[in-house]
Order: sequence, then C-alpha cells, then structure tokens
Amino acid sequence: MLITPLIEAKAELTDGGLAPEPIVLSTRIRLARNLSGEAFPGWGDSSQRVDILERCLDKLSRLPAFKDGTFLQISDLTELEKQVLVERHLVSRELIESEDATGVFIAPSQQLAVMINEEDHLRLQCMRSGFNFRKAWEEADATDSEMEDQLDYAFSDEYGYLTACPTNVGTGLRASAMLHLPGLVMCQHMEKVVRMVNQLGLAVRGSLGEGSEATGSIFQISNQQTLGESEDQIIKRLITILHAIIEQETNARGVLLENQSTMLMDKIGRAYGILRNGHLLSSQEAVNLLSLMRLAVDLGIFPEEKRAHIDRLSMEIQPGHVQCSANADIEPELRDQIRATRIREQFASFPTLDFSRIQISPNLNQED
Amino acid sequence: MAKPEQCGNCTKPATIHLTQIINNKIHKVDLCEDCPFKKGVTDPEGFSLADFLVQSPASLISDKSLKCEACGFSPADFKKTGRFGCPQCYDTFHEILEPMLSNMHKDVVHRGKVPERALARMSRKRRLDQLERDLEESIKSENYEDSARLRDLIAEARTALETT
Ligand SMILES: [Zn+2]
Ligand SMILES: [Zn+2]
Repeated sequence: MLITPLIEAKAELTDGGLAPEPIVLSTRIRLARNLSGEAFPGWGDSSQRVDILERCLDKLSRLPAFKDGTFLQISDLTELEKQVLVERHLVSRELIESEDATGVFIAPSQQLAVMINEEDHLRLQCMRSGFNFRKAWEEADATDSEMEDQLDYAFSDEYGYLTACPTNVGTGLRASAMLHLPGLVMCQHMEKVVRMVNQLGLAVRGSLGEGSEATGSIFQISNQQTLGESEDQIIKRLITILHAIIEQETNARGVLLENQSTMLMDKIGRAYGILRNGHLLSSQEAVNLLSLMRLAVDLGIFPEEKRAHIDRLSMEIQPGHVQCSANADIEPELRDQIRATRIREQFASFPTLDFSRIQISPNLNQED
Repeated sequence: MAKPEQCGNCTKPATIHLTQIINNKIHKVDLCEDCPFKKGVTDPEGFSLADFLVQSPASLISDKSLKCEACGFSPADFKKTGRFGCPQCYDTFHEILEPMLSNMHKDVVHRGKVPERALARMSRKRRLDQLERDLEESIKSENYEDSARLRDLIAEARTALETT
C-alpha cells in the first residue's frame, strides 16, 4: 500500500511524543490560501486544476518543511487508504471525494500537511498533540510565509486572503481543539456548554450523546469568524473560551466524584472488563469504552503512561485502520472481531485498575 | 431503551449520532457505522450560506447581467454553491458580499497577516509589465531616446524581480 510508510512511521500525534494531556487531545491550525488570478478549484476546469496541482507541487517540494515529505495524489489511492488518511485527520473528506487533480503533501513529522485543490487551492494544516496553539500557529505561520515566497497568493487589502467560500475570507484561519469532555456529558451539561460556546462565535462539532453511551465524549471546538480580527486575536479568544470549558469539565468531574463515585467506578470498571475480555466490539462502542479508560487515567485509577496507548488504540480501532491492518476490505462483523482481539491483546499487558484513589460517596442512593 | 434509529443515509441501524449547533440551530444526523465516511456530514464548516444570502438584496442576486468578467461566475451560481468562482468575484459581487460578511464575521476589514513578499513581488511584476508596454509604444512611435531609457529601466526591474 502507498500509505504504509506513513502508518508505520513514528509521529508525535500517534505515539505521544509529547506527553498527552487530560481534556485537550490535540490542537490544529488550518490556513486557506489561493493563487492570484486563478479560478478556485470548485469552479476551475480539469486542465486548470492540473496546472494548479503541478505548480503547487513543484513549489512545495522546494520548501525545507516538505523535504523528504510524501506527496499523495488522491486518484492513486484505494478507498481504504483514503479512509485511513481521513481517520488520521491528514486530509478532509472533501478532498478524497474529488479525484480530479487533488492531492496532499505531508511533511515527515506528519504534523504538517498541505491539501491541494480541496475547496481552496491550498489548505495548510498544522497539528499538535495537547493544548498547543502557540507552537501550531508558529509553524503554520512560518510555513505559510515560505509558501508565499514561492507562490503569488490571492489577497486584497480590504478582505485579506481571498477564499472560495466567504466564510473563510480574511485570515483564512481555522483554529481548533479536540476536547475530551466525559464529565460534562455524564452531567448532561454539554448542550448548555455548546450553546454558550456557539453564542461566542465558535463552532462545536461532536455528539451530545443523549443516548448516554453513543459518543466518545470528544468534541471539536473551532473559530467560525475569520475576518475583522488578527490571527492572534482569534487564537487568544479561542484559548480563553477553551480554558473556561476545561474548568467546567474539571468541575463536572469533581461533582461526579463527589456525588456519584460508585456510578463512575462502575462505568470505568465495566469498560475495563469489556476491553479486556470482549470478543466483538463496534468502533463506536470501542471509542466509548476507551474514552472511559482515558478518564480513568485522568482520575488516577489507571497509570498515567497508558494515556498515549489509549489514544493510539482509539485511532487504530477505526474501521479504516482495522481493515488496513488486516490487509483486506472486510465486513463489519469480522471487523468487530478483529478490533476486539486487538484491544484484548493490548489490555492483557496493561495493569489492573486501582480504585483506591476514589472514595465511595456516602449519599449514594439519594437520587433514586 | 428507545428503538434504534435508522441511518439517515441507508436502512441500517444508526450507531453514530452527530449534533452540530450553528447559529443556534441544532442539526442532528443519525448514521450507521459505514455511512458517515461517504457522506461527509461531519464537516464542521459545511453549513449553508443560504441563511446569509437572505440578507442580500434579492434584486442583486437575481440580476442576470451581473457576471464575473474573469471567470464567468454569476450570483445564481453563488446561490447554488455558496462559493465564488475566482478571487476577482470578490470585486464583482461586492454589493452582495458586504451584508453577508458583516453578518458572518467580526468586521468586514482584514486585520491579520499580510503576504508582504508576495505583494512586493507582484507590484514589481506589474511595474515590469508596464515598462514593457511603454517600450513597445516608444518603438512604434520611433521615440529612440525613450526606448533606450526604458530598456535600462526594464533591465533594472528584471533584476529586482529575480532577486526577490
Ligand atoms: Zn448508513
Ligand atoms: Zn470570478
């Protein structure tokens, strides 16, 4: 497979090069850029798109950031390979849906990637594990300046960087963080938080998980506005709101520990039991159970160093990754079996849970 | 427990429930494990621009004579796709755009990063193009003094462009 080297390579995002954090899983900066005087990819014809792809590819390959990087043309990939790239957040769904002169240039670290001919000619994205906007923006900014040195961007004094969709015009910046918010989900406060965040001009993506389990409790929060503020202001505002959400999540966990510790320990204990002994696991169920194990790490029930393992497993149990590792396009039932086996094998070497850190709440039965 | 909902894209039972709140509107999508990948519903930015278009004068949107000179894009195309055809469309559809931008964003004026080097290079390129046109003109009108002077300027402009 073309993408095997990518999957096998060690990368910060997949191997926890930096110690992964509680609550904030990862940080991402995306910049939308277009070439001056050229039709946007969605409107340009095939020959224009090919021309853009070739020009961008030629210039990008000269940049130090992409030295020894990997360029993948979408039309060369199998459906499975495309899915794996999406699951790793290296490309967007929109990119793989169009095979007409689209591609992605991935830097060796896999923290930096440029999609070519997605909605815009160029979409640069920089990813970091944990809560790390400063580093992500610094790298994106520097790479953008190097790109600009080689390519003439479509830019207006009034509107800034011109993008295919006016929702991205100005800075072309989308800053986002992936948050793990099981406390807020269990306390059923997430809808309130989503509304608050939305009123502050940010977008939330993720399931509210009304059906108690169907979620993974992972949410992506990003800025919606790109024009009228500088990049620093946008990022600062996002960081402020993220801190508020982190505080709310911490409080929610505190409340759960205080009032419903038995319920919490039961959930975590059952998750551990299924992960260690289950023989059929859908990706959704596995994500939910692993989410509880991540919470167990945060609460000190499970060793700190297992957080990176859990994050890695969470990525590898996605449908595309499971099929990729099995080297075949396989039916969901068999996938569930392979997934469970894989998790069982990992968990066999993991230590057992240590509940001694949590005290049983005295007023357990008050709510019923 | 409630009966399992059906996937919004096929008939399999839905196991993935996505919720997105944009501008205080809740969008819910139920999908099976196999579908979300194909459907692309999880794109946080893929919301409709129709809401914003409502604020633009209807007469402008339906103006058939309005077309981008550079790419042939029309307001109807914009209404359909929510996207523009080329960078010049931002000038062409200025009037439709303003009310939309002021609803969507903090402000309608860019206050962020500027691609300094690209802009400098482009202005040098424009100057070189202008000088070359002037030279052609002076040759045609047999104005040899001007031509000589312009040739020197063009050489200078070329070096300036190549060294940036
Ligand atoms: Zn389906
Ligand atoms: Zn145009």
